[in-house]
Amino acid sequence: MKLDNSKKLFVSGDEAVALGVRLARPHVISAYPITPQTIVVERLSEMTEDKSLDADFMHVESEHSALSAAMGVSAVGARAFTATSSQGLLYMAEVLSYCSGGRYPVVMMNANRALALPWSIFGDQSDSLLLLGSGWIQCYVEDAQEALDMMIQAYKIAEHPRVLTPFMVNLDGFILTHTYELVDVPLQSEVDEFLPPFTTPNKMSLENPMNLGFSSTPADNLEFKYQQHKAMLDSLPVIEEVDAEFGDKFGRYYGGVLESYQTDDAELVMITVGTITGTTRVVVDKLRDAGKKVGLIKLRYLRPMPEEALVEAIADAKAVGVIDKDISFGHEGTIFTNVNSALSKSNLNPKKHNFICGMGGRNISKNDIIEMYQLLEDSVNGKDIPAVKFINLNTCISEKE
Amino acid sequence: MKKTKDMLSQDGNRPVQQEFPKRNHISEYPTGPGFTAGHLAEINAGWRVFKPVIDLEKCIACYKCYMVCPDGVIFKQGEKEVAVDYDYCKGCGVCAHECPVKAITMIKDERD
Amino acid sequence: MQNLQKITPRNIDQKEYFYGHKACAGCGCALAVRLALKVIGEGAFSILPAGCMSAVGFIYPQMAFVNNSMISTFPGAASLASGVAAGNKALKREGSKTVVFAGDGGTADIGIQALSGMIDRDDDVLYICYDNEAYMNTGIQKSGLTPFGAKTTTTPAGENLRGTQTAKKQLFEIIAAHNIKYAATASIGYYQDYINKVQKAISIKGATFIHVAASCPTGWGTPTETSVEIMKEAVDCGLWFLAEYENHKFTLNKDPKAFGSIADYIKAQGRFKHLTDDDIVSIEKSRDELWERMRKNWK
Repeated sequence: MKLDNSKKLFVSGDEAVALGVRLARPHVISAYPITPQTIVVERLSEMTEDKSLDADFMHVESEHSALSAAMGVSAVGARAFTATSSQGLLYMAEVLSYCSGGRYPVVMMNANRALALPWSIFGDQSDSLLLLGSGWIQCYVEDAQEALDMMIQAYKIAEHPRVLTPFMVNLDGFILTHTYELVDVPLQSEVDEFLPPFTTPNKMSLENPMNLGFSSTPADNLEFKYQQHKAMLDSLPVIEEVDAEFGDKFGRYYGGVLESYQTDDAELVMITVGTITGTTRVVVDKLRDAGKKVGLIKLRYLRPMPEEALVEAIADAKAVGVIDKDISFGHEGTIFTNVNSALSKSNLNPKKHNFICGMGGRNISKNDIIEMYQLLEDSVNGKDIPAVKFINLNTCISEKE
Repeated sequence: MKKTKDMLSQDGNRPVQQEFPKRNHISEYPTGPGFTAGHLAEINAGWRVFKPVIDLEKCIACYKCYMVCPDGVIFKQGEKEVAVDYDYCKGCGVCAHECPVKAITMIKDERD
Repeated sequence: MQNLQKITPRNIDQKEYFYGHKACAGCGCALAVRLALKVIGEGAFSILPAGCMSAVGFIYPQMAFVNNSMISTFPGAASLASGVAAGNKALKREGSKTVVFAGDGGTADIGIQALSGMIDRDDDVLYICYDNEAYMNTGIQKSGLTPFGAKTTTTPAGENLRGTQTAKKQLFEIIAAHNIKYAATASIGYYQDYINKVQKAISIKGATFIHVAASCPTGWGTPTETSVEIMKEAVDCGLWFLAEYENHKFTLNKDPKAFGSIADYIKAQGRFKHLTDDDIVSIEKSRDELWERMRKNWK
């Protein structure tokens, strides 16, 4: 299917990513196919074939090479894109830390998918959450329009001189990657005005030869790590600025690091990441109609972790629920850990509950979310609710027969 | 930050040692682990026990020593001469061993 | 192909591009890198995976490469190089040439997948494998290119095993099987042959490969001054060979009428000290089989 430059197109999430990437004008795309990311690379290949995208498509033999090559492109000062999912993301894990430590602002799309074993091609967020500490900015989008828009914003944020940090845009596998929506496609000329060409001091060139990726003894290593951490923290205001500028130019503002929905007087607040936000928003409306003081925070970024904004948004909530489509086995959901840490550093002390659900593609229904809000309410009312609870298991898990 | 071309020997063929003061502020570090190509903060002379001494009377300017030096410290000088950059010679002795006319002798280095 | 002027000690670029590094005294691999860069010149973008040459060349603030250089991940030298070449092409950076310097383990073991992809795509990269026949940087462990009989820290010589029990992979033929435009073997003992192969390789646009045998006095237990001589002996005794592959054909560049002594080559090295006369006979037998096959098929 050809993706033309119409203003409005009916496309899947993956296709929206391809449209966004085309508008960002990468010099080189290096990617390896993996379900449910494949449509992205198929469309980008077609775009390079029909010359609607002037880029080199590198057919690499693995995800490790996909990111390794993308890093090489960035290290000479050119713009690179790659995309992957699940096992592929883990296979490139070594290169993730290499790329962030090297300060190469590569942009990657990750189709969130379950990790083996058992094998599953369906969606959850175990893959990217396992790599939260890899030094990449991690953004999670809710729909195809946001996916398209974030490909453009991603380059602007990642390549910002104070940031120079690689950027991962996460889309829930199938739920978003393969669902069709009407999207508004910005004009190339407007994107060109918004997104300047990539420049960096940290590159190899004939005019100014450099030795990159060097080793550093304990005498200097910690300074480089501090610098990397500082750059990630500095991206917080840059994310706000870029989203605001994007809003002014294209009419779509996403709230920066997070979006609050009905939180002003909310007593029960659910924290969501990715597509589950849409379902939760509908549930919030329904429960509000029934007079419940419920709200929702859509966390758009998990790295940098927007602790301040999150604490401010939670405000006077009596209970906070965190939906995790992953679990750190033997502990709790990773988003929960991160939210808990932010809360523990604040003066807030709401009840905190973690809902583990949706793993391996298990559906999360409106009723499931209504149940979660009910559990939060029960907790506020003094009922003993476990801190970490699996939702929508199909079998009884009680030890007693 | 100095460029590579400003850190070379007079003939422009080799980098020479640069002063590298201690960094007092994080801003003095490069953005990420990348630095000027050919920036040398240290010399390697301390590795050496023996040093090569070239007898230019015997030398036939075949440049074999120049070709086989793993550290590249033997260089051409003038029309038919070779010399050694003792800052970076490690004293391996390949030059003396390979010299077809035995013009290079390894002698105990008497540095402090 | 254009006619190339032969590179000699008299006309080779006098600039040094690999300098002030921390390689062991007498390092044969440092020589292989140094000479190749003198042929490629200041347009070289060199990529080095984990290994001796990256470990000794980039210790901040001692930057031993005068040309653009970068350390890659261990398995990702070829893929990083592909990216660098693609980036330079996209930026229309005329006069740049991407070259990989990777060790035997980084090439024949952990890096072989990315290398295969690089050749498959015919990316404009010269890949040079400097082969010192073990993982030397980590302390002399067996690699896929460690020869039969060599003692390493993971193939010790004791009562039950006498060092490495497997033969070197035929890396050159594995590379040639990709129908690569140009591949060659070389030795720092025959450096004139080596530098001219480097020149030939970079005159070709696309993926090219050189497998250069390079000594390691530290890992082999040899005196530092014999590093070049011993690599000449390796070729002369037939345990290494000088060959090329281009236009789908192999050529033996050097076909000695009589081999030098394998026993002399082996007995000069600590890593083979434990080998018996029977072992040496068996090594001679494998050499003869290899040469019989090469002479039959590569002429």
